[in-house]
Amino acid sequence: MSALAPKARRRFGTTAIVYIALLAVMIVGAVLVNTAGRNFLSPGNIRDILTGMSVLGFVAIGQTLVILCASLDLSVPYVVSLSSLLGATIMAGNPANIIPAVLVTLTVAAGIGLLIGLTVTKLRVNGFIATLGAGLIIKGYLDTQYKGTAGSMPWEFQLIGATGVGPVPVSTIIMLAAALLVALFLSKTRTGNHMFAVGGNEQVSRFSGIRTSRPTVVAHMLCSVMAAMAGLLLASRLGVGSPTVGTQGGYDLLSIAAVVLGGTLLLGGRGSIWGTIGGVAIFAVMDNVMSVIQLNPFLKDVVRGVIIVAAVAVYTGRAIESRRPRFGRDSQSSMYPSVDLQLAMDQEKERDHEPTS
Amino acid sequence: MSRQADAQLSGSQRISRALLTLISPRGAVFLLLIVLLLAITALNPSFAEPGQFIRFIQRVAPIAIVAIGQYFVIVAGEFDLSMGSLVTAQVVIAGNLIGQDDSRSIPVLIGMLVFGALVGLVNGLVTSLLRVPSFIVTLGMMLALLGGVLYWTGGAATGNPADGFREIGRGGIRNVPVLDIIPWAVLVLAAVLAAAIWFTKTPFGRSIIAVGDNETTARFAGIRVWWVKTSTFILSSLSATIAGVLLVGYAGVHPKVGQGYEFIAITAVVLGGVVLGGGRGWVVAAAAGAFALEALFTLLNFAGVASTWRDGIQGVIIIAAVAYSAAVFRGRRKSPSVTSPISGKEPEPFAEPAHSAPQSRPNEGNHSTQKEVQ
Repeated sequence: MSALAPKARRRFGTTAIVYIALLAVMIVGAVLVNTAGRNFLSPGNIRDILTGMSVLGFVAIGQTLVILCASLDLSVPYVVSLSSLLGATIMAGNPANIIPAVLVTLTVAAGIGLLIGLTVTKLRVNGFIATLGAGLIIKGYLDTQYKGTAGSMPWEFQLIGATGVGPVPVSTIIMLAAALLVALFLSKTRTGNHMFAVGGNEQVSRFSGIRTSRPTVVAHMLCSVMAAMAGLLLASRLGVGSPTVGTQGGYDLLSIAAVVLGGTLLLGGRGSIWGTIGGVAIFAVMDNVMSVIQLNPFLKDVVRGVIIVAAVAVYTGRAIESRRPRFGRDSQSSMYPSVDLQLAMDQEKERDHEPTS
Repeated sequence: MSRQADAQLSGSQRISRALLTLISPRGAVFLLLIVLLLAITALNPSFAEPGQFIRFIQRVAPIAIVAIGQYFVIVAGEFDLSMGSLVTAQVVIAGNLIGQDDSRSIPVLIGMLVFGALVGLVNGLVTSLLRVPSFIVTLGMMLALLGGVLYWTGGAATGNPADGFREIGRGGIRNVPVLDIIPWAVLVLAAVLAAAIWFTKTPFGRSIIAVGDNETTARFAGIRVWWVKTSTFILSSLSATIAGVLLVGYAGVHPKVGQGYEFIAITAVVLGGVVLGGGRGWVVAAAAGAFALEALFTLLNFAGVASTWRDGIQGVIIIAAVAYSAAVFRGRRKSPSVTSPISGKEPEPFAEPAHSAPQSRPNEGNHSTQKEVQ
């Protein structure tokens, strides 16, 4: 059957649509910014947009992996805050401590991700609840341990958040490098490939001989590590660690929205890192435009909410036509069962008729 | 599976099964609640006095009502993240529109209910007809509602509504023997819970669980899935509205009232043994989950635990509760048909709807149809 051809077309298509949407947002943004008497494509503005991308970008890259595995991570804002504090307090203004501080922070984050991953896979706790709980536990620790900002970042580390190559900030370059690495990880390694399989249908992948827990655990670990990178980056910008920096950014829900905006299926099994980067870019451009035209900050949230829903509605409306019927669908693994089934039954009918006619 | 087993049970087995229910995920929340209430009473004996206890129920009422609304959405297999923002929005609307004019109470109350139903309708239609995941729809609604309300009030929502309106949240029938006061909030909660129990027993209420369990079979059974899902969102938004009416009396008008209620409600529902993803759960247990959560906070207060650790302990408890119910359900699911396909039976194609397995058996031909297409 022609199942393969539309599949290839679609995978290209979803990411392409994300970037078409990004282009559209940029054009609308440029017009709006120009009417406000500013230049959208000035180096300063481009730098602002790219800077805005970097933190959410890190978090969203990790979130993509977790969502691919049909899980969620709501603990990221607290991991971000915790890592900003850990990094800043261990460095304590001394450049010699940069490398140990980064290593310790990333290791702690990986440990948190490991615990979450094991809770999800071994204890069979839904990812939503496991990470909601883990976030609350970290929040409890942060609230108890830190009364306010703490530690200080040495100047050398603050440069990461402050310098750039031309209009491109170093932080964005690091974020894009991380995206490239993760994209390669997804496409080239066995565990990366298994993430799609496990997210698509865990039972089928188990029957196919995949150790289903490993990809999920790795995804959660990488997600926490990425959140920690975001935390370190925020700390390098602020110069100190802050216990509220993650929650203020609302990175949990925003990163999930960016991932879904990037064309990744919230139910897992289908998506791409570059789509996510496109989604993050849409957010960054939107925020930038709304800041430049000095929109009321409360209206910003309204616009954001409407655009998230509208954009995702466009993707899913399109996906109805092109989804391959999938075995083992139930309420959790398929959003459009009737259409798929109808399609499947029609095809079945056609095939039955062929030999007789 | 379970239905066939039930038929074969003898009388004594049935009694032991009833006891087992209490430690099953379905009943565990009641056990947890009893333990927590006993622990609070041990620390602070005055808690068990009827007057104090009714105050406790009054405090839980908004949370329990929100949890009951969230129950319907979750059991239908969706999420409603917009509830907290809707509570805030309704609180601010009440504060701004009623002002100090008692005569406006009724029209504004009706307006709030209509607004709530409208929010639910939009959530539901976008989820069911436009096929946007409810997580995203309600997330967008959450941002838009909160932003819209703050924009409307200029970021500083103040001005409490007339005392007559606030009476619903903080007043009650006074001079009652034993209890001293029966708060209106408790009566509202009782009415909402009774209505919810009645609703789950109607054919429509049962179809909600069917949709959450398996949308495809529900559709083939002739259920209008889009309307069932939409109605659950309307129910959850209406319950958030009622909670808002109670909270405006109890807590006053502030943009932070209602903040985080969506996650508290989801936590309470999950504590009540309702499975995320839908198809399994009991509305009374969901309400009991809200009581258990508030009892937990009260206990931590009395035990002198630093308030900063409240969140941490809440986190541990919800993970433990869900891990427990997952372990029990997994134990139940270990039927030969899943673990050993060699015994001649076909392996279960679905992991989740284990309960519905017997009904779906006759549809075997249907499954093979799908497989061939693959």
